[in-house]
Amino acid sequence: MLKFIVSRFFQGLLALFCVLTLTFFLSRFAPGSPYTDEKQIPLHIREQMKEQMGLGDSIVVQWAKSMVDAATGFQGPSWGNSGFSVREVIGQAFPVSISVGLSGLFIALGIGVPAGVLAAAKRNTKIDYSLMSIALLGICLPTFVIGPIFAAIFGFQLQWFSAVGWNQPTDFLLPSLVLGLYYGAYIARLTRSGMLDTLSADFIRTARAKGLPEWRVMIIHALRGGLLPVVNYLGPAFSALITGSFVVESIFGLPGLGTHFINAAKNRDYNLIQGTVCVFAILILTLNFVADLLQAVLNPRLRNVSETAD
Amino acid sequence: MEAIETAPEFAAAEKGSSLGKDAWFRLKKNRLAMICLWVFVAITVLCVGGLPAEKLGLIADPNAINLEDRSVGPSAEYWMGTDHIGRDIFSRILAGGRISLMVGFLATLVSMTIGVVYGSVAGFFGGRLDSVMMRIVDILYALPFMIFVIILTTFFGNKLWLLFIAIGAVEWLTMARIVRGQVMSLKKMEFVEAARSLGLGNWKLIFRHLIPNTLGPVIIYTTLTVPAVMLLESVLSFLGLGVMPPDSSWGTLIKEGADRMLTTPWLLIFPALFFSATLFCLNFLGDGLRDALDPKTSKD
Repeated sequence: MLKFIVSRFFQGLLALFCVLTLTFFLSRFAPGSPYTDEKQIPLHIREQMKEQMGLGDSIVVQWAKSMVDAATGFQGPSWGNSGFSVREVIGQAFPVSISVGLSGLFIALGIGVPAGVLAAAKRNTKIDYSLMSIALLGICLPTFVIGPIFAAIFGFQLQWFSAVGWNQPTDFLLPSLVLGLYYGAYIARLTRSGMLDTLSADFIRTARAKGLPEWRVMIIHALRGGLLPVVNYLGPAFSALITGSFVVESIFGLPGLGTHFINAAKNRDYNLIQGTVCVFAILILTLNFVADLLQAVLNPRLRNVSETAD
Repeated sequence: MEAIETAPEFAAAEKGSSLGKDAWFRLKKNRLAMICLWVFVAITVLCVGGLPAEKLGLIADPNAINLEDRSVGPSAEYWMGTDHIGRDIFSRILAGGRISLMVGFLATLVSMTIGVVYGSVAGFFGGRLDSVMMRIVDILYALPFMIFVIILTTFFGNKLWLLFIAIGAVEWLTMARIVRGQVMSLKKMEFVEAARSLGLGNWKLIFRHLIPNTLGPVIIYTTLTVPAVMLLESVLSFLGLGVMPPDSSWGTLIKEGADRMLTTPWLLIFPALFFSATLFCLNFLGDGLRDALDPKTSKD
């Protein structure tokens, strides 16, 4: 087990290195530069800016500097947010993104799993059909359709939540609900099909034959296997949640990582691009690792294989 | 030599058509999938037919500004209303749909090509090459790919062809895995041995005999990739990073609608309706095709 964790850690570091290097060279070889502006900047000032930003060095030196900067925690300045280092910008944006993202994930699981279990338990009844129709509808209404509608209804008409900005602690509720509903619908469908697969297995029949109450069969015996497709989906879901958070942050005007990343890419704020990409990559790698661990916990067959392999 | 080479192909074609007929028969029995198929065909025909209709003057020019009819609600003249500078929403939806569908299909084609070739090479050669290639896929799965798409599209300008490549480069991973699995089981079959004993080279074997036999799963997964790609394109366009004016896609229309949601809701509702209906139909059609082409793995 320890061996697995250590090897995954180094694999993650390697992936992180590749991501940052790729981002670096993509951004340097692209047309446009931080001092491209509508206003014509005089040549000597442009040279001065270039010097100050360290863009006068050779590309390899710049790359090495940027890697060192990443390793020491992004203390370089963010050119798009003058006076702030990349670290400070990320430090302010990270809590916003993580609270919206994680509560979105929990809402998705909290709605999706019970709905899927209920639909599987009441298979081919009105409850099943209506739950699955709602889930289907949810899948076909992406975040950027639901978001503005919810903002209009709950934010502007009913005034339950504020529809724009990040001013009070409850401001994360509406964005994370919008984020969670879409993935919740997807998870509901996955849970239902996983549960149906498990419910036809022999050990479920045994459990029923022992005279266990139905809820015990469902929750204690079937759910473990039934959740496997959901856990398999978690890895891609994390990446999708990050994409979704870009959309949600844009709809609700939240000062999160996604907003900063998109602005940084538009303004060629190289330092901030590296910083935000690094945070996203760490998040995805960590959460994928958690998903793999969960999978091993839920699936005994997989666990045995990994143990004999070690 | 000629005759020998065409013989297996002929046999494959005959088997393919009968499989296709079978699948079509099963698909026809699935009422919901058939409805989805026809709704999707109708939307596509409507969008494509919008182009000649514009030229003939049957519907308004999607970019024609008419300041006298600003923000008019749905009416007999403007079926789905007009926006804040008097452009006809209905013809804008059709024009946007052409872009969205085109991106959806071309980017899927790119991803399908990469995935099929990559997966079949890995599956066919096996051994160390296979494990290295699949390890790369595993690592790529964990990368924040959306971020690279955003970097690519912002840095290199919003060119449509770039959008195809960027999205296609993201979506091929699952296809590669599926095709690899198929090829690995196919390559042990007798017809591959027969083709090899006739002196066929590796590459010819892959492209002539193995890839055509993976068609079923490839079709199913392609049908499911199209809506995923269209969703990705719309997200990018919604964020202002995808399709740029004067072009518009359903994503940009939804964005414009979302900005004016409170005063002119029809700007959001109608594009969203078309977009969601298309996603719904393609997803359901994909499920239906899975049941029709591969009855063993049908869900319940």
